[in-house]
Amino acid sequence: MFQLLNDFSPGLFIMQTILLLVVILLLRKFAWKPILDALTAREEGIENALNMAENARKEIAALEAKNDNLLKEARAERDAMIKEAKETGVRMVEEAKQKAKEESEKIISQAQAAITAEKNVALAELKNQVANMALEIAEKVIQGQMTSDEKQREVANKFAEEISLN
Amino acid sequence: MRKSKKITRYLLLTIVTLFATSLLAGGGEEGHAGPINTEEDIQAYIQHHLQDDHYFTLFTNGETGHHVGFALPVIILDGGVHIFSAAEFDHGNQLVEKGGNFYRYYHSKIYRTDENGTINYDERGFPSNGKPLDLSITKNVVGILLASVLLLLLFGGLAKSYQKGPIPTGVGRVLEPLVIYVRDEIARPNIGDKKYRQFMGFLLTVFFFIWILNLLGMTPLGFNVTGNITITVCLALFTFFIVQFRGNKEYWKHIFWMPGVPVIMKIVLMPIEVLGMFTKPFSLLIRLFANITAGHFVMMSLIALMILLKQDFGVVTSTTISFVLSLFIMLIELLVAFLQAFIFTMLSALFIGMAVADHDHH
Repeated sequence: MFQLLNDFSPGLFIMQTILLLVVILLLRKFAWKPILDALTAREEGIENALNMAENARKEIAALEAKNDNLLKEARAERDAMIKEAKETGVRMVEEAKQKAKEESEKIISQAQAAITAEKNVALAELKNQVANMALEIAEKVIQGQMTSDEKQREVANKFAEEISLN
Repeated sequence: MRKSKKITRYLLLTIVTLFATSLLAGGGEEGHAGPINTEEDIQAYIQHHLQDDHYFTLFTNGETGHHVGFALPVIILDGGVHIFSAAEFDHGNQLVEKGGNFYRYYHSKIYRTDENGTINYDERGFPSNGKPLDLSITKNVVGILLASVLLLLLFGGLAKSYQKGPIPTGVGRVLEPLVIYVRDEIARPNIGDKKYRQFMGFLLTVFFFIWILNLLGMTPLGFNVTGNITITVCLALFTFFIVQFRGNKEYWKHIFWMPGVPVIMKIVLMPIEVLGMFTKPFSLLIRLFANITAGHFVMMSLIALMILLKQDFGVVTSTTISFVLSLFIMLIELLVAFLQAFIFTMLSALFIGMAVADHDHH
């Protein structure tokens, strides 16, 4: 202990205090501050970069999800549209068919009506002509048969027969 | 970077030149002559090495008493400033007269004496002569200056390298993790994320200062700066004053009126806590001083084994034993050099942390 006290040198103590103070101040200004600042800046930079990368990753994931959704929606829409178009097509065809059928039926019925009318007209004409022809024939026949009395009797008998038979 | 390299080269050149010139100039003679080969001689030699010195002695020829090294400038404050070379003392053989006072260099210290150079002793055997305030550039001051220049070059370079890019190059690659280590393992956990930044200047400087000086102490240049009680007292006082001045209300409350205990205990705890204020830095200064001094002592003793065992085992065996043991201790001391810097900084950070803590948990 006394040896230590004897060894203690006030002069060296003063020198050491001054030098250490100067060194601390100098190093703080020219070394520690810039070094620590640079380290902090670098660490913050790294942290920021990592955060940014993480954010970008998340954003990309979100974008991908969004794209997927959009794609799905588009697909669903397309499917719906196709379906609708198909249905519309089928319906249109059906309607056309129906319309055509109705039209044809109408035409047919009209034609039939026309045919019936024509037929009736034709028949009536035919009847008239036949009646006329029959009258002419009958006229000629009567003219021929009425040449003799006998024949007149025969015809009269025949008619009578027929009438009675009826 | 390039510039600092140049500066380093010039610095090295200067040191080498200084050594070379001093070798040519040579040293003087000291009292005792003859080779150092007895236990007492070795003891004295080690003691001498552990002390501060006004000569930068690389080695001494024991037989001729010729010192290889150079004298350092002496600056004494004693009714005026006296600056002269320590060579005037001639390793204690010469009295120096300055401003009407006689000074004698005795066991690495400068004493005021009469014209005959008489040294008086007190009852414990220490010289009782008055001592002038000795602000000399002693070997320790040279060590401190060297360490300071190294610190400024190394870390100034590291700081500059950040201007070029975020990742340092060269020696900065090695230094940067150490700075981060001090910040993340020493300062942050002990002081807290919010307040650690303002103490980083002190903690980083002290850490690297002690470490570099510890390592310098392991070189054959013969520095023993961190093993000097004056230096460790100074370092510990820095911590002490930072703690006292930056301590918050809570800190003083915990010392003088401990919350959460009965009044009687508060009164009992007060002197204990006040004592604790002083024992904390005291433990710091003793730990660092004792570890480094012990390291130097063991190291030198083991080297001295080579001489002491020479007669019993022969040159080869004694040298081998000494070499193996020294190498072993050297490796441990390399670890201790870091460990003591770490412990000093760690405990400083811990004490500062205790003084500035917010005590939300109460």
